[in-house]
Amino acid sequence: MKKENKKISKPLVFMLSVLGLYAILFVFNKYLIMEAFINTIILFFKLLPILLLVFIISVATNYYLKGDKVKKHLGHESGIKGWVYAMISGILISGPPYILYPLLGDLKKSGMKDSLLAVFLYNRNVKIPFIPVMIYYFGLAFTVIMSIYIVIFSVFNGLVIGRITKK
Amino acid sequence: MKQVLINTLKTYKRMLPLMFGILLLINLLSPFLKNYYATIFTGNYFLDPLIGALVGSISFGIPITSFIISGELLKEGVSLLAVSAFILTWSTVGVAMLPLEISFLGKRFAIYRNLINFLFGIIIAILTILTLNLIT
Repeated sequence: MKKENKKISKPLVFMLSVLGLYAILFVFNKYLIMEAFINTIILFFKLLPILLLVFIISVATNYYLKGDKVKKHLGHESGIKGWVYAMISGILISGPPYILYPLLGDLKKSGMKDSLLAVFLYNRNVKIPFIPVMIYYFGLAFTVIMSIYIVIFSVFNGLVIGRITKK
Repeated sequence: MKQVLINTLKTYKRMLPLMFGILLLINLLSPFLKNYYATIFTGNYFLDPLIGALVGSISFGIPITSFIISGELLKEGVSLLAVSAFILTWSTVGVAMLPLEISFLGKRFAIYRNLINFLFGIIIAILTILTLNLIT
């Protein structure tokens, strides 16, 4: 007998469970559930162009950045340069972090150090496009001071994570 | 190239339902959270940063939303220290996105990273306010 291969994946089960929850709650509060669902769809479509861009970058990275190159620039032998690359790219690359997880997951598989992943993710909090908004609400001094601390603490973050996840 | 494309598509096939499910959950919970933001702060200078960090950790959205909410919280009389912890953990700690982070970067990495970021959020908030008070 032919073996059944069409097993539903865990992420799909999760999504269907949440949709099930929506269906149940819809009975109690149609307006709230419809609003939440529409907001999700709007947000998802807003994220699609970024997702597409990250997909293209992922394909290019996987194609051109082979394991040995990643190991050289962001791996255990990368040295100070690796930390600098992680910091700069973390600050410059925009978009929500969860969109970048697949790309970072691939880089990790190719040999990127956990400490540099942590540095990259922490520096993403120096959000250049949002700096004017931050200045508007909290002032220039607050924005500059906090941004400097984020960069400094990204290094501590990398050091601690590197030590903890080291086997 | 074809193999690279297939592998990347497989990764996205795993990510999209998980991401969509999490977004659905967040949009369901956000309206409730927003109503409570101003009421859960106690006015205590030591407790509020911790509350700010906790609320920021479980909240979700683009950073600009955290700035707008923070502006409102400041108007309500919440301390800048608490608001700073809130802003920092809003963007550095992602409780809602933890399943996605674990799925791609590993359980140990994701859990420790979020815990450390929570702690660092409070420390940076304190240091930012102390520095700000020193120079102004």
